[in-house]
Amino acid sequence: MLSRTADNLYWIARNMERAETAARLLEVGARLSLLPTADGYRTDWDSLLRASGNAVGFAQKYGAATEENIENYLFFDRDNPNSVASCLTRARENGRIVRTALTTQVWDALNTAFQELRQLEAQPRAGQEMSKLTEWVTRHTAMLRGAIDATLLRNDGYNLLNIGYYLERGDSTARLMDVKYYVLLPRAEYVGSGLDNDQWSMLLRAMSAHRAFHWAYGGEITAAKIAHFLILNPQCPRSLITCVAGLNNHLSRLAKLYGRETQAQESAARLLSDLENQSVERIFDEGLHEFLTRFVGEAVALGNVIYNSYLSGDMN
Amino acid sequence: MTPYFNEMFQDGAVRKPYAGLEPWSAGMPADRRLAKQAEAEALFRRIGITFAVYGEGGDPDRLIPFDMFPRVFTAAEWAKLERGIKQRARALNAFLVDVYGRGEIVRAGRIPGRLVYQNEAYEKAVCGFTPPKGVYSHIVGVDIVRTGPGDFYVLEDNCRTPSGVSYMLESREMMMRMFPALFRENRIEPIDSYPERLRRTLASVAPVKCERDPTVVILTPGHFNSAYYEHSFLADLMGVELVEGQDLFVDGAFVYMRTTEGPKRVDVIYRRIDDAYIDPLCFRPDSMLGIPGLMDVYRSGGVSICSAPGAGVADDKAVYTYVPEMVRFYLGEEPILKNVPTWKCSDPSDLKHVTENLGELVVKEVHGSGGYGMLVGPKSTKAQIEEFRALILADPSNYIAQPTLALSTTPTFVEEGIAPRHVDLRPYCLVGERIELVPGGLTRVALREGSLVVNSSQGGGVKDTWVLAE
Repeated sequence: MLSRTADNLYWIARNMERAETAARLLEVGARLSLLPTADGYRTDWDSLLRASGNAVGFAQKYGAATEENIENYLFFDRDNPNSVASCLTRARENGRIVRTALTTQVWDALNTAFQELRQLEAQPRAGQEMSKLTEWVTRHTAMLRGAIDATLLRNDGYNLLNIGYYLERGDSTARLMDVKYYVLLPRAEYVGSGLDNDQWSMLLRAMSAHRAFHWAYGGEITAAKIAHFLILNPQCPRSLITCVAGLNNHLSRLAKLYGRETQAQESAARLLSDLENQSVERIFDEGLHEFLTRFVGEAVALGNVIYNSYLSGDMN
Repeated sequence: MTPYFNEMFQDGAVRKPYAGLEPWSAGMPADRRLAKQAEAEALFRRIGITFAVYGEGGDPDRLIPFDMFPRVFTAAEWAKLERGIKQRARALNAFLVDVYGRGEIVRAGRIPGRLVYQNEAYEKAVCGFTPPKGVYSHIVGVDIVRTGPGDFYVLEDNCRTPSGVSYMLESREMMMRMFPALFRENRIEPIDSYPERLRRTLASVAPVKCERDPTVVILTPGHFNSAYYEHSFLADLMGVELVEGQDLFVDGAFVYMRTTEGPKRVDVIYRRIDDAYIDPLCFRPDSMLGIPGLMDVYRSGGVSICSAPGAGVADDKAVYTYVPEMVRFYLGEEPILKNVPTWKCSDPSDLKHVTENLGELVVKEVHGSGGYGMLVGPKSTKAQIEEFRALILADPSNYIAQPTLALSTTPTFVEEGIAPRHVDLRPYCLVGERIELVPGGLTRVALREGSLVVNSSQGGGVKDTWVLAE
């Protein structure tokens, strides 16, 4: 497969996953704005912005963090590279470039999302309910995943798509958790308080894992349970360990297919064994923020290794 | 009443090839027609068949308008066209081999040397090199118009990289999907073997150094190109890689593509990119698109390039006037298809005739394409004509002129129902080890009432083209 094709497949997955992350953030925001407590309102919208990783860009363009501005910024704004509109457009562009490596159904899913996005963009913003918009995004990302799983050959392209999905998803989970600890909860004395639990629960909702968590753990929401769920539990579809295990799986399939290992397999295996030997206690001893920062750094490094091993076209 | 040849109705009666379409079109109520039209548009958009228009801004994903009313040829009409097109394709390739070799046709005084050797499209870089199988132009798109029952004229030849074949194939797909009954009731020659035949044609001109099953690729300028859809469509149907310049590199005597498993050798490049951009070392040093060193590999028989660099000299609008001469000179035959009479403004007496009759002529730039930079005399205002006169006088050799042809019309669905609109035809002739032609082509239709310009960039649409089986 052409390296450029591989690169675009990988970025279809990353961009779609990123669009979904933006939509999930908005969903949480929409939900919170329905809560009766008035005084937490501003901060919560603000925190969404930080979670999206673009607080600076937003402040420069809009100034005030009002609900309308933030919705606009996270959903429609093309100046925001991580907005739903930017990500869906880029994913479709990636798809257009590698049209021949996709099935009709996969292309159809990508293209339909883009065409509908253009219709949404043409409508007046005022009439559009945020929860409908976010549902629209998750529906389309799910449709794409479904089309990939149901119709694509299990070849190198399929593995590269999945590598993109898992890498982006792991990164997104780590960043979302980190935001919870450092932005949603600025003061140490809140830990374990009622406010703390509300915020953890919001985080779970952001990952569509609220009910799954209760099925898996039951009872009170505690920081330890959540950290275990989102980092170490292989049952949770968005946990770090699930994502890293998925990466390993698809990287080894790639190695088998090509009949050669690269540095990518080695790096991914190391990252997985680190996680398998972790415990919640040790993570909290290290400090959740420190642990997550380290993980994000390692994930970025792994992304670079994957790029050099398969996507850059410069290997021999 | 109308001076134009209507391909369906003559003297109030339906011509035979269209007999099968008469009940179909007459029995289609307006609401069904609109519903079908909307269905077609939605399908085209979903598949992603869009094209970008240069320099117009606006919607980059514009759809090319599709007209559901097919255009029909009988087997006998097609047989004549096919012979004429193949004859032309053979003569054009013989001409190219000749002018990059001994130049017999120039020595014989049948075409002026300056027209060939001082032509912008003449590539000195390939002088003395004969491409595999002696083929320069592997896909010849011959633009044909009709003015009467048996009167066909060649408007121009496209020897480089004629586009539009994806519309030919997709229009057929669309019609078969929407009106399957029509295909049961009429005996229509299939065209879906085109991609496979194209692949075979390309593989048949593998370079001398290739000793295995050749690896064929399509080279595209990239996904921002207006014909990108077509490039990826063909790559998909042929099962070959679609590459950009950055995916290829030269190492030693061969060209390779960058893959996830390391470099892979490439034998035949079907390029959809101009000569000027294929190798910055040979042509334009400022180009970011090309593959440095490609021409060296090409000339030493390490890779084939289709169409071969330099093929453009045969489809120049000034050289066009000499194609009938080429047929006689190389094949010893009389041309089956007629040329449109053409005045070359570089010739003083022709120039005089042109400037005196601008109101009745069509004037084109010698190197222009896509319907840009042309004057349609009878459809232009006095001011437009004067403006053009100044352009011609400033640079006469840049222009040719032709009479305004009475292009035939075919019934077309328009807002008010069905009305005649002018059409042309572009068949795609494949030249490799063999010369072949699928029975059909791209019919372009000028959707604006009275318009004679069929280019998609000027409001033209496309139709499915049927050749009836015997």
